[in-house]
Amino acid sequence: MRVTSIRPVADETYALRFHAPDLAAALKPGQFLNILVSDLSDPLLRRPYSISNIVEEECEILFSVVGKGTGILAAKRAGETIGVLGPLGNTFGYTKDFETALIVAGGIGVAPFPLLTAQLRAEGRAVQTFLGARSASRVVRDGLDNLHVATDDGSEGFHGTVIGCLAQWLETHEAPAPRIFACGPNAMLRATQDFASTYGIPCELSLESEMACGVGICQGCPIERVEGERKYALVCTDGPCFDSRDIIFHEFHA
Amino acid sequence: MNTACTIGSLTLKNRVLVASGTFGYGNEVSAYTTLSKLGGIVTKSVSKLPRQGNAPTRIAETASGMLNSIGLANVGVEAFVSDKLPFLRTLDTTIIVNIAASSIDEYVEVLERVDGEEGVDGYEINVSCPNVKDGGLNFGTKCDMTAAITRALRPRTTKPLIIKLTPNVTRISEFAQACEDEGADAVSLINTLVGLAVDVRTRRPKLSTITGGLSGPAIKPVALAKVYETARAVKIPIVGIGGIMTWEDAIEFLLVGATAVQVGTANFRDPDAGAKIAEGMAAYCTREGIDDIQELVGAMQTAAQATAPGFVAAR
Ligand SMILES: Cc1cc2nc3c(=O)[nH]c(=O)nc-3n(C[C@H](O)[C@H](O)[C@H](O)COP(=O)(O)OP(=O)(O)OC[C@H]3O[C@@H](n4cnc5c(N)ncnc54)[C@H](O)[C@@H]3O)c2cc1C
Ligand SMILES: Cc1cc2nc3c(=O)[nH]c(=O)nc-3n(C[C@H](O)[C@H](O)[C@H](O)COP(=O)(O)O)c2cc1C
Ligand code: FES
Repeated sequence: MRVTSIRPVADETYALRFHAPDLAAALKPGQFLNILVSDLSDPLLRRPYSISNIVEEECEILFSVVGKGTGILAAKRAGETIGVLGPLGNTFGYTKDFETALIVAGGIGVAPFPLLTAQLRAEGRAVQTFLGARSASRVVRDGLDNLHVATDDGSEGFHGTVIGCLAQWLETHEAPAPRIFACGPNAMLRATQDFASTYGIPCELSLESEMACGVGICQGCPIERVEGERKYALVCTDGPCFDSRDIIFHEFHA
Repeated sequence: MNTACTIGSLTLKNRVLVASGTFGYGNEVSAYTTLSKLGGIVTKSVSKLPRQGNAPTRIAETASGMLNSIGLANVGVEAFVSDKLPFLRTLDTTIIVNIAASSIDEYVEVLERVDGEEGVDGYEINVSCPNVKDGGLNFGTKCDMTAAITRALRPRTTKPLIIKLTPNVTRISEFAQACEDEGADAVSLINTLVGLAVDVRTRRPKLSTITGGLSGPAIKPVALAKVYETARAVKIPIVGIGGIMTWEDAIEFLLVGATAVQVGTANFRDPDAGAKIAEGMAAYCTREGIDDIQELVGAMQTAAQATAPGFVAAR
């Protein structure tokens, strides 16, 4: 696919768009793409990215530079190509019986939410967005509604975790028929899972896992289930979106 | 131009199969490739009972390779027959069922369970998985065990029996010879190499099982050397596996003595890799004026001094 634009949206964080009319028509909030960043064999495997937005015939991903693959992606220029496999995974599969969406994002976990926000807006639902970041310079704001920022260093908004920020907001505000949508590091997702169960709020988590294939052939991306015939679900094909009550974070999920 | 080959009583339309554990049971990727272009599909290892596999994390990328510790997660033989085989049966390509077990009796039981089923064309016996506690490498690193498994299975089927060998031994050709002596139709090599990767930030191993199996381009030179060594020790066909990403890689394996090849990790980058490699090999033969691809098998040209068995040490 042909890259049409790449722009910085926060420190070390980029939005990359590519032209793909068929994908743009098919992708739904929560789904992801498996992207081959290079023709060389190092990095060898594709890298999964949430679909963050769709603008006419273009798809957008948001990414932070953490290693080899994201470093190569950040150096892409308009006109260059990337290999894209998708649409992959399930969608945010919420039932329609909620009124207020509480979006909870940690770091680059913000990625799937501009597209979800667009859908929620179109459905006329209330959206409150809680963003956690290391510092103000890492906060991505594009395409989100009613932002509440929490930073680790206190450089903007609530000084502390995004869950602390959400809890404080809920003490002073009404959120009729709420539902949480969360994406971010596993430690944050675990805290969100606990919070949702304590307050009895329905909650969906979008998970990450090491992936080799993204299509269910390697069995490399398990997440433990609470119950079911199979002990593990596959994040790539059963997820990445799960009901927070259905999964157990393993000790190896740092 | 003839691309076909025979393994035991079986004729493959071309020499490219997809490797066990890297293609699921075919249905998962049918949208991304044309399955009939493959010489064959080797299924994910099937065991008697379903296996849940190892805890996360199961995958870590390394330089031009990857480590996995899947732990033979699979649906078990009953679900394989009822849920997976009906789709595989409809395909216009050869289906090889890969079997894993933790005892000789279990190998026999699984093979006997599927042997009468329509659509099963042959077997690959996995005696070499490094990622399971029971069986796995315990079998594949003991020559007498490898021989005993082959001996137990041979009389139970008339279909081709391929034994899949591990590179995690000193002389793989001795294992291949034992398989040949016990009546195996072919050997396939290599399974993954034992490897380890560490996260320096957390100081933890990247895999939950600490060590895992290394695959991908990083292992190709090792695989070629093992095929070369084995080709000079046995007469039965060798199926070469390890780091094949392109048609050139596949031709290299034929030149050192493989009759056919399997494409593994490459499927994760591109589920159409096997079909593309088969087409690339055929195009190469046409360009080179080769009538039968068999001419390439073992056709590597070596100078007289490079005939020491096993390997030649670097200077
Ligand atoms: C379903 C899914 C959706 C994803 N969506 C996005 C997205 O929209 N935007 C985005 O930026 N990332 C996303 N990721 C994560 C992204 O795939 C990884 O960050 C990326 O693969 C890292 O590649 P790399 O080659 O740059 O890093 P590597 O060279 O592989 O690793 C560099 C360093 O980063 C660490 N690292 C690797 N992967 C992760 C990770 N997932 N989280 C934290 N640290 C990691 C490694 O341990 C290592 O220390 C998603 C992952 C999944 C599974
Ligand atoms: C994720 C993964 C799962 C595998 N599972 C199996 C398996 O179930 N049975 C088996 O015999 N080999 C299994 N293998 C080994 C491959 O079939 C192959 O021998 C090995 O990966 C080397 O080939 P490659 O470098 O082309 O991948 C697996 C390999 C990988 C990467
Ligand atoms: S990434 Fe291969 S099965 Fe999920």
